Amino acid sequence: MHPIRKKRLTIVLFLLVGVSVAVALTTYALRQNINLFYDPSQIAAGEAPVDVRIRAGGMVEEGTVQRDPESLKVEFKVTDFTSSVLVEYTGILPDLFAEGQGVVAMGRMDGNGRFVADQVLAKHDENYMPPEVNEALEKAAGKRAAMPGATGESSAGY
Amino acid sequence: MWQIFHKLGSPKWFFGIASTLMPWLLVAGAALLMTGIVWGLVFAPQDYLQGNSYRIIFIHVPSAFLAQSVYIMMAVAALVTLVWRMKLADVFVTAVAPVGAVLTFLALFTGAVWGKPTWGTWWIWDARLTSMLILLFLYFGVMALGAAISDEKSSARAVAVLVLVGVVNIPIIKYSVEWWNTLHQPATFKLTEKPSMPAEMWVPLLLSVLGLYLIFGWLACLRMQTHILAREGRTRWVKELVQAREN
Repeated sequence: MHPIRKKRLTIVLFLLVGVSVAVALTTYALRQNINLFYDPSQIAAGEAPVDVRIRAGGMVEEGTVQRDPESLKVEFKVTDFTSSVLVEYTGILPDLFAEGQGVVAMGRMDGNGRFVADQVLAKHDENYMPPEVNEALEKAAGKRAAMPGATGESSAGY
Repeated sequence: MWQIFHKLGSPKWFFGIASTLMPWLLVAGAALLMTGIVWGLVFAPQDYLQGNSYRIIFIHVPSAFLAQSVYIMMAVAALVTLVWRMKLADVFVTAVAPVGAVLTFLALFTGAVWGKPTWGTWWIWDARLTSMLILLFLYFGVMALGAAISDEKSSARAVAVLVLVGVVNIPIIKYSVEWWNTLHQPATFKLTEKPSMPAEMWVPLLLSVLGLYLIFGWLACLRMQTHILAREGRTRWVKELVQAREN
């Protein structure tokens, strides 16, 4: 390669490396702000500030959704399978909200370790499948759980 | 190899190649894209969770995919502009930047339409959505900078530097869903694993991505030809070409 071009190429590569390092350091420094939500373990560890608007995210724990028959108030536990946090919300939930589904709730922690949400968004995963396949999977899982001496996790609660 | 590389730099040579390629790109691209989208929107099975609303994936994913690919191609062209001072590389960057902007807008728009029924919100400042918005502004910046400087050579260099600086955003978009907590789900297609959807869903999706690539190729050729004619208007080969068309 021509020496001038070699020199230009080096300059461009230096530019790219420099910019990448700068952006990497910036995003690393801002990682708390870029993270959309705190997971329940972070909240349990006391990393989430009390009485500041934050988001909490995780899975809705099976069997913990309690609806108030008189109003739109809902209570449920959000878990990341190591710890969980109780969420209280008044309002209409998105269609995809269900036990075992991911959610991101916006609100604040009150002093008693309870998360008071004013917005609940549903989070879905990257897996797509036809309904029949899902039914078949659930049936298979149910059979396995019903078998005597089954070792599979029965926490699914079907 | 270097000879082909230098030949590629000749606008006249490229103009001819593009003319022969374009009909093929258009026909194959339109066929693939139509098959993929009709298959996806009409015949592919519903999703167990989202029902029919997931079908927007057949438009959302191809446009988001292309939006990022186009930027990477522009970055390679920018490198060529800066190191080898090849005119055609700059023609490529200026010609496809608006196409990339439209694709990015389409990805953001279809994402918002999809987000409302599934997540419950049109927009959220999560890392994936925000970095994609930055990509849109990068495309706007490239277009504006290119149009603001009238001298062809300095415009080419300034645009190339901007494009190269902006390319750090691409890995951020790609890995945003893994590095940070986001509302956007991780990628369904991974390079190393099987896609996390059945074949009757990913085959039409793959077809529409490929189709959109070919359509983009056609559009890039068409727009580059226009730019070449505008820039080389005074050269003999363009005058001869125009005369030949007129007769």
